[in-house]
Amino acid sequence: MTMMKFTVSAIALAAAATAADARDQIQIAGSSTVLPYATIVAEAFGENFDFPTPVVEGGGSGAGRKKLCEGVGENTIDIANSSSRIKQSDIDLCAQNGVNEIMEVRIGYDGIVFASDVDGAEFAFTPGDWYAAIGAKVMKDGALVDNANKTWADVNPALPAQDILAFIPGTKHGTREVFDEKVLIAGCEETGALEALKAANGGDEKAAEKACMALRTDGVSVDIDGDYTETLARLDANKNAIGVFGLSFYQNNTDKLRVATMDGIVPSTESIASGEYPVSRPLYFYVKTAHLGVIPGLQEYIDFFVSDDMAGPDGPLAAYGLVSDPELAATQEMVAAGTPMAPLN
Amino acid sequence: MTDAAVATPPRHGSLLSADDRTRRRNAAERRFRLYGLIAVGIAIAALIVLLSSILVNGSSAFRQTFLHLDIHLDEKVLDKSGTRDVAVMSKVTTIGYGKLIDAALKTTIEDEGIAVAGLTAKDVTDMISKEAAAQVRTRVLADPDLVGQTVSFKVLANGRIDGYLKGRVTQESAVRDSNVSPRQLHLADALREKGLLSRDFNWGFITAADASELRPEAAGLGVAILGSAYMMIIVLVLSLPIGVAASIYLEEFAPQNRWTDLIEVNISNLAAVPSIVYGILGLAIFINFAGLPQSAPIVGGLVLTLMTLPRIIIPTRAALKSVPPSIREAALGVGASKMQSTLHHVLPLAMPGILTGTIIGLAQALGETAPLLLIGMVAFVRDYPGAPPEGFFDPAAALPVQVYNWTQRSDPAFVERASGAIIVLLIFLLIMNAVAIVLRRKFERRW
Repeated sequence: MTMMKFTVSAIALAAAATAADARDQIQIAGSSTVLPYATIVAEAFGENFDFPTPVVEGGGSGAGRKKLCEGVGENTIDIANSSSRIKQSDIDLCAQNGVNEIMEVRIGYDGIVFASDVDGAEFAFTPGDWYAAIGAKVMKDGALVDNANKTWADVNPALPAQDILAFIPGTKHGTREVFDEKVLIAGCEETGALEALKAANGGDEKAAEKACMALRTDGVSVDIDGDYTETLARLDANKNAIGVFGLSFYQNNTDKLRVATMDGIVPSTESIASGEYPVSRPLYFYVKTAHLGVIPGLQEYIDFFVSDDMAGPDGPLAAYGLVSDPELAATQEMVAAGTPMAPLN
Repeated sequence: MTDAAVATPPRHGSLLSADDRTRRRNAAERRFRLYGLIAVGIAIAALIVLLSSILVNGSSAFRQTFLHLDIHLDEKVLDKSGTRDVAVMSKVTTIGYGKLIDAALKTTIEDEGIAVAGLTAKDVTDMISKEAAAQVRTRVLADPDLVGQTVSFKVLANGRIDGYLKGRVTQESAVRDSNVSPRQLHLADALREKGLLSRDFNWGFITAADASELRPEAAGLGVAILGSAYMMIIVLVLSLPIGVAASIYLEEFAPQNRWTDLIEVNISNLAAVPSIVYGILGLAIFINFAGLPQSAPIVGGLVLTLMTLPRIIIPTRAALKSVPPSIREAALGVGASKMQSTLHHVLPLAMPGILTGTIIGLAQALGETAPLLLIGMVAFVRDYPGAPPEGFFDPAAALPVQVYNWTQRSDPAFVERASGAIIVLLIFLLIMNAVAIVLRRKFERRW
């Protein structure tokens, strides 16, 4: 067997030697949230420019950034899509592998919505309701107790008396980070549990926030590690459940889903752009500047991505559910000048 | 035991009427047959449910809704310079072409006297697939003389309109769906009456490339079929000679010792290794170490070759073993060398078995998804790979991965496409298995 492996490796090496001619298409990987936007732009780019259509891969924000930081050269990707901001550890990894300059491009914002079956009851949530429904420890009569709420009406009398069942994104998703931060921690603070947890942890705010992110484990909140199509299928089977989706997914399935308001605001591209709807996040892609001018069409692609025709409020990305960035003009200038990102503050 | 036998009283009574014990034995016999029948029934029921759900969901992917439009290719929009120079004309993007198509549909609606209450400009625009602009642009750039004329085009209708004709979208769901309005469905009905909207066989589903989520109606399997075919070529070219050579050596020439025993056990083990392991190996060796490109059929083919090799070696050895020793001995007896006896007599006689094993190994490789996910074949690839051998290094998709990819898309139109892709994959698998059966039936010799 070992001999055979050697043979195959030898063939592979020989093949690699003949494949030394330059890569002529852009390669992109990363966040599955950004993936549909990137494919829309890649498709339009391939149609309208004399360059090949970029190859876009999913795999998750963290995995994409890691791949970007593998090094400089045709064998590494040019752009990493990311639904959360790059971390210092990624930048350190990049620097270690010779990727010294990265350009950060913010393409717009994405909302996270709470939706239930279209024929079900209507919900008007606050982050506090969510924390009280699925948090591990909640406030009851001024004391911190284990969560025993059964129905949404137990949480907030204004909500329907429907059993609590929530499908939330699993921890590997970028969406979960936003959910933790903008819903659970915010709700924790709103219900006063944060103060109580802080007191219980001897005033340690970090530990208290971590405790806020702990969810009850009696099967009421279910982590979905797949994508939104899985959440939708689970909702279809459990009509009483509430699922967490991206705004664009909801907008493509409005005939099946009923969206809940958060703090009284209906999620929409407008309410997210104005900042009224609280649960939203910026979307990014990161470009390896060393590849600009080496991979044909890379500069044109990123210019095209942030152009008004694509990322503007009337462009196809907005039609798909991207909340366009009010500071798009500044991004366009930054991209045209090829300015690398400043160190993280 | 013997005591019990002795204790049994001798048998009395008629042979025609069964006694208790006989009846019990007969009942047990009948029950046993029934269990077998139930097991077969469950298997067939599961198969029927699976196939029918795929067929019901997927068969609609092979038909698609088209709009027939006469589009005036306005010179003022498409070629301001009037030189018909393709380089200058290519500055006009699909957005410009999209406006022309909108205008053409609007004029058609007016000319035909179709009136739908409250129809907005956006409703009209969204009747047509975004792919239409690309289609018209490609045609015009290929033949610049069309500019200034009015040309008939058959363009794709929007996925939601297509869904309406297929029954996926209804007037009720359209009220709640933010991507389609009931007005558009009325317009679709009217256009259909006039014969401007029709459903035809969807060649694009088999030949076209993948499309983004904004235009599920344009998504096709072309790149995936080509990518899978390239990988199968690589697997066949590499694994058949290597597998047969290894088998012949092990079966005919190798001495029987501990080393060959070890190799034999390991080949059987390798055949049972989960395929994802080969994916990890491929990523480490072919991409990270050998520096082969990502998403390329060459890497997929090499990984699948590693996976298929043991699955070819095992049936090949069985086929060689089934050739009777008298053939070898006769050849050696008339003075043939060991190599001559093997190549001239044993190998040709074993060939049907070897080919059957190879084809079934290839069919398994064709349906394999897991290792391909790791080597970047799950990407969005819209350009067709070039002709081999250079094309082996271009990015491509693969059929099973395309199915996986489409099930993750948010637009409901991709559900039918994913099932349609499964049908195409199943057809390929059926063809390969049928060829294997025919080969075996036709050429296999029994001694």
